Amino acid sequence: MNAHTKKRQMLTRMLLRSIVRGRGRTLAALLAITVAAAAATAMLNLFVDVQAKLHTEFRNYGANVIIVAKDGESLPTNALSKVESTIGGRGLAVPFAYVVARTASGRAVVVAGTDFFAVQKLDHWWSVSAWPEGAQQALLGARAAQSLGVSGQPFSLSFQGKTIQLFPAGTLQTGASEDSRIYISLSDFEKWTGVETSTIEAAVPGSPAEIDAGIRKLTQALPSADVRPIRQIMAGEANVLGKTRSTMLYSAILIIATAALCLLATLIGWVYDRRRDFAIMKALGASSTMVNSFFAGEATLLGIAGATVGFAFGIGAAIWIGHASFHTAVIPRFGVFPVVLLGSVLVSLASALLPILLLQQVQPATILRGE
Amino acid sequence: MFVRLVFESFRRQKRRKLLACAAIALGVSVATAMIAVATGVGDKISRELRTYGANLVVTPQEDTLDLQIGGVNLKPPTDGAYLKESDLPNIKSMFWANNIVGFAPMLPVNITLPNAGAVTLVGTYFSKTLSFGKQNFVTGVRATDPWWKVNGAWPADDSGDVLLGESLAAKLGRTTGDQIEINGTEHRVAGILSTGSTEDDQIVAPLPLAQQILGRGDVVRRVYVSAVTKPEDAFARSDPKTLSPDVYDRWYCSPYPQSIAYQLQQAIPNSHAEQIRQISQTEGTILSRIEGLMLLVTLAALLASALAVSASMATAIFERRGEIGLMKALGAGKTSVAAIFFVEATLLAILGGTAGFAGGALLAGRIGKLVFNSQIGISPVLFPIVLMIAVLVTFAGSAVAIRRAMKLDPVYALRETT
Repeated sequence: MNAHTKKRQMLTRMLLRSIVRGRGRTLAALLAITVAAAAATAMLNLFVDVQAKLHTEFRNYGANVIIVAKDGESLPTNALSKVESTIGGRGLAVPFAYVVARTASGRAVVVAGTDFFAVQKLDHWWSVSAWPEGAQQALLGARAAQSLGVSGQPFSLSFQGKTIQLFPAGTLQTGASEDSRIYISLSDFEKWTGVETSTIEAAVPGSPAEIDAGIRKLTQALPSADVRPIRQIMAGEANVLGKTRSTMLYSAILIIATAALCLLATLIGWVYDRRRDFAIMKALGASSTMVNSFFAGEATLLGIAGATVGFAFGIGAAIWIGHASFHTAVIPRFGVFPVVLLGSVLVSLASALLPILLLQQVQPATILRGE
Repeated sequence: MFVRLVFESFRRQKRRKLLACAAIALGVSVATAMIAVATGVGDKISRELRTYGANLVVTPQEDTLDLQIGGVNLKPPTDGAYLKESDLPNIKSMFWANNIVGFAPMLPVNITLPNAGAVTLVGTYFSKTLSFGKQNFVTGVRATDPWWKVNGAWPADDSGDVLLGESLAAKLGRTTGDQIEINGTEHRVAGILSTGSTEDDQIVAPLPLAQQILGRGDVVRRVYVSAVTKPEDAFARSDPKTLSPDVYDRWYCSPYPQSIAYQLQQAIPNSHAEQIRQISQTEGTILSRIEGLMLLVTLAALLASALAVSASMATAIFERRGEIGLMKALGAGKTSVAAIFFVEATLLAILGGTAGFAGGALLAGRIGKLVFNSQIGISPVLFPIVLMIAVLVTFAGSAVAIRRAMKLDPVYALRETT
């Protein structure tokens, strides 16, 4: 066995011994690294995830894209299925068709045909007393119900000579133009009036870039239609999401910086505490490289161990926070691990080597005497 | 003797004390900044949510049914009731007047244009100065519809200039600066309006012009109001007529959408106000989510800083086990030794805590400036609470270390081996 291997064996033995012997102190240092790594992991994980979560929350505002037929043309009959296949599973598309009909007493009212099941999913803010279920059942806007004097009795509407008998199922309140309309199912509507779907409201999921891509795909799929983003919804989302993201970012920076600094302070104190070990090694003739690699090795091992355990706790914390805030699963971002690992090791190394470099200047004897 | 020991400890070990103080200050400043941000973010995000536009609408009590499809008004002009334009400044007399970010009246009238047939012209305020009592304020669509884009210039509220919706302008072949004939008079097109909604097919003009076309003065059809509200809960939905006076006051003085709508109805005679649910309900949900998230993040940050502060206190004290050993060897009782260290810890906590609180307040202000362009303040009431928590955390950190150090045989402690 040559001298080099013997040195390495000695180094390894010393490292292991140091960890086993100084269990208490090592554990305290390890705890500090774990807490810092956990905090950093949780914040980074949340920051990456919160955007996706908020995009989903913002879909509660309803449709962000509207598809209408161009002037003088009409939407193709398969328009809805084309839209649905383009925006994929996470998006929603709802068809609307409108006419102005007359009641038995000659009053004019806007009647809309739609898919109630889809509307219920898209427009969460619709306050509906009871959704229509069977054929020829109608959902009455609050103003329409009041103004036309419809209370529970079936009533008839006529359009271009064709009449339909409708049974009121419930009332709708939104505070907007829906309150003045009567809604019936699309099949009832088309059978009665023969008028086709004129508007499709779609909720396209994802970030603004993904929504733009979705709009482009829809424009290609439906050349006779006008596909437009609903700017009110898009602009509002961009603004609020941007501000929330910035707040999260600064909070993350704040928390991670503090964790790192406290860790640095703690570990420097811990290493400084072990200056007798350092002095003894030098007094026994260890070279500077040997001593530095010993302490650096310790620090790296601690850094790796702390980062791994801290990462696990951090992911757990992020999942818990995400679940408690958004009530949906948070995806653990394992891509964060290399960053946390690197950070922990760097901080540990810095806190190990800084005091050692300072102590290099001092005579071992001075340290051993306790000055 | 006791006081002297503590005093000497601070005088002789300045560097160690400073490091410990710095660690506490750091932990406290992060905790303070996070608490300030978490409590302030709700209000700030609430105001940012106003970029979605009006969340309340005021209509005449006696109104008839809306008849519009895709922004084209099919109602005959004689049909329907009106609100009085002169009643609008009364909105500033409401209890929650300061929560009203802006309001805009709307008066749609039907006109016929040679190339386009029946077109709707909407009269409104752009950036109109109104006065109520001694105060002047500016309001209009520029406040309630911030996503409206004008290619050109916004018309002045007292002029005859108009805005043409994008699609309508393309159909008529007109652009900014052209003249357009409306009911026999020429009007200048001040700009082209792009909203992504029904206005793109309409003409938007100052209110007096719409009133002139209608042939009636001092009227508006409805008013859209943008107000900062508090998310609705079960209490918000109570009927004010059924509440006892104290409960009524509490409901009235909370900025729920319902109470602000109620106050709007009081301010404008013969009106009916309600929330525009698409905007009002959703912003309530989103605000609750974001506030909840920030609260949890703050709790995590508090936990992390508490652990960090305890860790540095623990290491700082354990470093001094030689002193503890010496004191025990000289015959000091457990309580006396512990007392000295606890008093030191308290003093450090108070010093570090104060510095940390100031630092945290500054940090929170900075974050507020960077993200929201407005200050995030911290209520001074929090100072004693934060200080107390700092002292408790420092205690906890020290306690563990002191107990461990006390358990050591003085001989080993003096020799500084474990």
